[in-house]
Amino acid sequence: MVKFMARRFLNYLILVIVATSLGYLLAAVSLNPRSNFEGRNPAPPKSSVDAKLDALNLNDETPVLTRFKTWAGGVVHGDFGKSIDNQPVSSEMWRRMGVSLRLLLVGSVLGGFFGIALGTISAIKQYSAVDYGATLGSFVLLAIPVFLLAVLLKVAALNINKWAGTPIFYYTGEFTPGLQGSWWDHTWDRFQHFILPTLSLVLGQIAFYGLYQRNAMLDVLGSDFIRTAQAKGLRRRTAIIRHGLRLALIPMATFFAYEFGLLLTGATFTEKIFGWHGMGEWFIDSVTKNDVNAVATVTMFAAVLVLVAGMMADLAVAILDPRVRSS
Amino acid sequence: MTEDVGVSRGRLVLRRFRRRRIALFGLVAIVFLVLFAFLGPSLSKWNYSQKDYNAFLQPPSAQHWFGTTQIGADVYAQTLRGLQKSLVIGFLTAIISTGLAAIVGAAAGYYGGWTDRVLMWFVDLLLVLPSFLIIAILSPTFQGKTWLLFVVLLAGFSWMITARIVRGLTLSLKEREFVRAAEFMGVSSRTILFRHLLPNMSSILIIDATINVGGAILAETGLSYFGFGVQPPDVSLGTLIADGTKSALTYPWLFVFCGGLLILTVLAVSLVGDGLRDAVDPNSESSRL
Repeated sequence: MVKFMARRFLNYLILVIVATSLGYLLAAVSLNPRSNFEGRNPAPPKSSVDAKLDALNLNDETPVLTRFKTWAGGVVHGDFGKSIDNQPVSSEMWRRMGVSLRLLLVGSVLGGFFGIALGTISAIKQYSAVDYGATLGSFVLLAIPVFLLAVLLKVAALNINKWAGTPIFYYTGEFTPGLQGSWWDHTWDRFQHFILPTLSLVLGQIAFYGLYQRNAMLDVLGSDFIRTAQAKGLRRRTAIIRHGLRLALIPMATFFAYEFGLLLTGATFTEKIFGWHGMGEWFIDSVTKNDVNAVATVTMFAAVLVLVAGMMADLAVAILDPRVRSS
Repeated sequence: MTEDVGVSRGRLVLRRFRRRRIALFGLVAIVFLVLFAFLGPSLSKWNYSQKDYNAFLQPPSAQHWFGTTQIGADVYAQTLRGLQKSLVIGFLTAIISTGLAAIVGAAAGYYGGWTDRVLMWFVDLLLVLPSFLIIAILSPTFQGKTWLLFVVLLAGFSWMITARIVRGLTLSLKEREFVRAAEFMGVSSRTILFRHLLPNMSSILIIDATINVGGAILAETGLSYFGFGVQPPDVSLGTLIADGTKSALTYPWLFVFCGGLLILTVLAVSLVGDGLRDAVDPNSESSRL
């Protein structure tokens, strides 16, 4: 088991290194930081532009591999280079990482939990009103991209706030700046800011996991071993939960690894639209600002997160499926 | 099973598909959307690039069916133009990416060994890098060039999961007698791939292409929303939604029509895909509606 996980880890580690390098190289070739400095009025002399670019390791006249070597050499020591505004990328990264991780963690945990619950109930009560409602609802939710859902949520929140006469939901930022009050007031304020962005991510996740869990569960429910378990005296509920659910969860673990990349993309929209200063927002802003080092750093963050999700999925499969452990 | 004996497979699939009312609804919706997108513009006298300088930010009226924008453009004409582009990009991307997935997956599964290892490692690598990030990074390289480049990129980063499915199918198909027989008769491996393996999974490929249309449209609109996809003067549903979002509360007509059409399009495509899957494989008991 340890050996199996170690091998998987090594495989993922190489993937992350290659993915990050690819991210840096693509960004360095595609983005044009020179235009940030040249576009000023009056036009600065070329030598001063070059000097500025050289200081940031962004000069496109330096061979791309040399630039990459400088950047990669820094990354090994925890230095991700300078952003285009001459700020260290790493300090910005640490600040923003927490924001994104909070959103992603809550998104995947709540989405996974409620999705699996919904899918299981749908499958057990197949062809009931609950099943039809949940399945159709999931299809509709999956057809709504995050950036549309976010706006719809905002409109709904605005109407609820108007109806209540007092702001219940907030939709900009993570908290009210300069809020005075007790610890409880601050927590409540954060919660009010938290609901809409989280919903914009979680609803799609619930729909996704719900549909797949329903399929997996339906496959399992018809199998002989559930009947055997009942025949030997287990109640149907116990048979389904102890023997059925466990088996149906195995494919879900694999889906989790795939879905995490999409969740990451969705979080980018959520952060940008609700004004959360996380990694996704940073990525969008950095691409528009030609900030190569920051873009490469976010790419690495994404690759590491997909790696962690993949490892967790492998671990879950190994725990749920004894055949994997022994092989 | 009430199906009579001697019914051809295609007819059987058609009959099962017709039985799913909701999938049929999806199909009707797609036909309607395509007709609307390509014939609808000729119904109105306004062109998508025309400006009405007597009507800025007007709500829907008899003159402008979907209202007008800040600069007096007709929202009806623009929305249909955007729908056209999103539909074309969605279908093209899905066809290219499914084709690519079929070739890569079948080659990996059939040849095995190092081909398999290298191709699957490549698939893993692309799955680690979210396609949204790569295409956004590459967006400056196709700005000012044809939107077909954008389609190629979208397709180039969306074939991986289908390729894995195809590889799995190939692994089981290549042990079958007809493949063995062809091998012993000295048929070249390329012919076996294209004449024996891929046609035998055509139904799966068609279903996946259908489902990929929805994913492609979502990816396109998402990238265009941030300005990383379709570039002005071209419009897609994504750029229209991005423009309309700022005023979704005050001028809802800038947002409601393009947003609604996007949801309807993706929903219709996924319902058809799901219905097809059930019709081809009735045992799958997938998310049947």
